[in-house]
Order: sequence, then structure tokens, then C-alpha cells
Amino acid sequence: MAAPFHYTDYHPQWLRPKMSTYWWLTRRSYVAFIAREISSVFIGWAVAFLLLLVRAIGQGADAYGQFLAWAATTPVLVMNVVSLLFIVFHAVTWFNLAPAALVVHVGGRKLPGILIAASNYAAFVFASALIAWLLFG
Amino acid sequence: MLKRHPEPFLWLLFSAGGVAGALLIPIILVLFGLAFPLGWLPSPEFGRLSALVTHPLTRLALFVACALSLVHAAHRLRYTLYDGLQIQHLNELLAIGCYGGALIGTIAAAYVLLTV
Amino acid sequence: MSDRITLQVARYRPEKASEPFVQSYDVPCPRDWVILDGLNYVKDRLDGTLSYRWSCRMGICGSCGMMVNGEPKLTCATFLSEYGSGPIRVEPLRNFPVIRDLIVDIGDFMRKLVKVKPWIVRPPTEDERPISDGEYRQTPQELDEFKQFSMCINCMLCYAACPIYGLDPNFIGPAAIALAQRYNLDSRDAGSGERMEILSEHEGIWGCTFVGECTKVCPKHVDPAGAIQRYKLTSALATMKSFFAPRGA
Repeated sequence: MAAPFHYTDYHPQWLRPKMSTYWWLTRRSYVAFIAREISSVFIGWAVAFLLLLVRAIGQGADAYGQFLAWAATTPVLVMNVVSLLFIVFHAVTWFNLAPAALVVHVGGRKLPGILIAASNYAAFVFASALIAWLLFG
Repeated sequence: MLKRHPEPFLWLLFSAGGVAGALLIPIILVLFGLAFPLGWLPSPEFGRLSALVTHPLTRLALFVACALSLVHAAHRLRYTLYDGLQIQHLNELLAIGCYGGALIGTIAAAYVLLTV
Repeated sequence: MSDRITLQVARYRPEKASEPFVQSYDVPCPRDWVILDGLNYVKDRLDGTLSYRWSCRMGICGSCGMMVNGEPKLTCATFLSEYGSGPIRVEPLRNFPVIRDLIVDIGDFMRKLVKVKPWIVRPPTEDERPISDGEYRQTPQELDEFKQFSMCINCMLCYAACPIYGLDPNFIGPAAIALAQRYNLDSRDAGSGERMEILSEHEGIWGCTFVGECTKVCPKHVDPAGAIQRYKLTSALATMKSFFAPRGA
């Protein structure tokens, strides 16, 4: 007869590797993700720039002229170019991913995702055109 | 009955801010950050700019766009720091810092847009 | 194309040593062999102590998920020939505790799965139509709503790809939310209210920052990232409704 079976207290130690602080550098898609998220900092700068612009306009034509001159200095230019790149990256990824969250039904059928994305781009073109028209008439 | 916590509300503001920022900021940066300072395009004459900016609708639109964009940026930055730097234990501090910053920015925006 | 390839397999034998190590095996590489065939060759002919999970060998059971050259893959669906002359690194699925060699503990996912109630929840029996009224019907459009999310084979490649899950194991994770959505969007189900509680916690859907890796690695094209974002909108709007019209909602 076989001896009765006994469970032991031995429980093997599980291996739990800790995630590295540089986890976001380990894959291209993680780097792209963090770059997309870092665009938030540049949105903060853009808002600050906009408020400085509005304040300069409020202070008169001279102040506005000085603002434009300041905006043409190298550090500000570089910041604005970099911000523009990051914010366009944000906009493109945002519009492309919008169909994931926005599922629209028309007459019982789902609208294809590309239509949702396209309408976002269309809204972008419309908003930009509107602002340009308000400025230039 | 759902447990009341602010995440859904913050996410809706974040989404609205993402749309507002994506739609408005690029053209503003292109025109006032590049084209006008560098002379690629002549700036609109000052009188027109001044009338435009002081119009109550413009003030309101700019305020809403700025406030939403700031909340969007704060929300995104908060999660990036939380995940990227692995500082989950500082969650409350991070939230206060980020949203607090957005609040200060919003108040500054209101001040500028009211007094322009 | 050489007829042999090296597999560098992560080993972990806690009863012998507390540190993991890598062991290299030279396996044949016929055109139609997958990584799993290579592992089976190792176990049959080279080293019987190698431990790993597999079952159907055709991409439907979800047992054989592992990291292959740092990418979460089903080893039964990944050909050796994709890796040229090799070597191929085979490691246990990331973000899960390793029990031994290539075997990870999936208890966390199993507990989370139960919490989202992945079954059809019907209204109380007294509210159901009598049987004499005939069957409930579901149109092809209604099936379309949730069919994609029903393709999940619980292979957990999405959990291995999700950095948020790696950083915070309390995060409920992509597959659990996708499966909850599979039932929420099913016209036969009446349980979305019951699921909302667990999904709306901070470690529920709100932990997700839409990295999108889960959708990229899913072998069944379930698109868990899409399921999560869609549910964020649904849940946020429902919360707003309950906030502003608690009794009328």
C-alpha cells in the first residue's frame, strides 16, 4: 500500500521582477506614449504664451509690437516650434484615437471609425479657418 | 449608487480640454509664434486685434479654451508623473500640485481676460 | 536559412537556486515549426526539467503566452522562421509573478475576471416573458456590438503589454474590462449597473491612460483599449446623469 500523502509547508518563492524606472524607454511605443503625454507641458506653455499675447494687446500697440519682437527671439522661437510639434502630435493622436471612445449609432448602425476621425480633422480645419478669418477678415 | 469620486468628471474635462487645445492652439502658435514675429505674414492691424480681443464673446471663448486646456494638461501630467516616475505613494500630493496649478492658471487667465 | 536555431530560455528553479538564469538550447528549425514546437523538442529530447504551459497548440486556449524577444506572443502562433538565424529569447509573461521557468501565476487575473461578472445577467425571473411568448431574438446588428470583445481567449498578453498593470498590479486590466464590455453591450444582458461599481473604481477603468499596447499585442483583435475608452465615456456620462438627476435618472 502506498504511504499516505502529506502536504509540506514548502512553498516555492515566486519571482517578482520590479519594473525599472526607465520602463518607458524599453519599447518604441512606450517612448511615443510618453512623448504624447509630455505634450501636456507644452500645452501649458501655449496657454501662458496666449495670455501674455492677450495682455500685450490690452496694453496698447507698442506693447504688442514688443511682444512680437520678444516672440522672435531665439529661445521663444525654439520653444514655440517645439511646442507646435508636440501639440500637433497630440492633436493627430487625439483625432485618430477619438473613434475608440466615440461610438456613434445612426439608425441602428455604427458609424465607421474613420468617419469620426475625419470629422475631428474637419473641425480642426474649420476652427483654424475661423480664427484666420476673424484675424484677417 | 456609485461611490462618489472625481475621476469621471476630471476625465470629461480632460477630454474637452484635449479637443479645445487640439483645435485652437496650433493655429495660434503658427500665427503669433512664428508667422507674425518672423514677418512671414503681416500682422493684422492693431485696432482690429484690440477690438477682437476685448469683445465679450472672444473673452469667454478664450477663457473656456484656456481653462479646459489647463485641466487637460494637469490631468495628463499628473498621470504621467504617477506612472512614469512610479510615485504612487505621492498620489494626493501630485493631484493637488497638478490640479492646483491648473486652478492658479485659470485664475490668471480670468484676470488677464477680464482686465484686457 | 540554417536548419537549427538557438532558444535562450529563462529558467527559474526556486527549489534549487533563488536567482533566475538563462539556458541555451539548440533546436531544429523546420519552416512550419513554432516556438512551442521548439520548447516541446527541448522538453522531449534535451531537458525534461523545463516547465511551461500549453494546450491546444492552435491559438484558442490562451495557455502558451510568453515573452519572445521581449514581445508578448502566443508561442503556438509564432514561427521560428520569423526570427532569422536567432537566437530567440523566451521568457515568462511579463508583469506576472514567476512560479517556475516559464510558468507565471495568473491568480490575480482570475480573481479580477470573476469580479466583473462575465456572464449574462438577466432581470429577476418574475420580469421575464413567459416561455409561451417564444424566444428573445437578437439581430445581427446587436450581435455586432459585442462580438469583437467575445473573441478574448484570456491569454493575458494584454496584461504583459500594459505598463500600467506592471506599475500598479491593482489595476483591473485590459482583458477584464473588455470582457465586462462584452456583456454590457450584449442586448440580452441587464447587468451593466452591477458591473459599474467595480469598473468605476480608481483602479478600474480610470487607471488606464490609453497607451494602446494591449490592442497591439492581442492575437484575437479584441481591441481592449477601444473597449476601455468607450466605457470611460459611458460611465462618465452615467455618473454625470446620476449626479445631476439622481432620482429621475
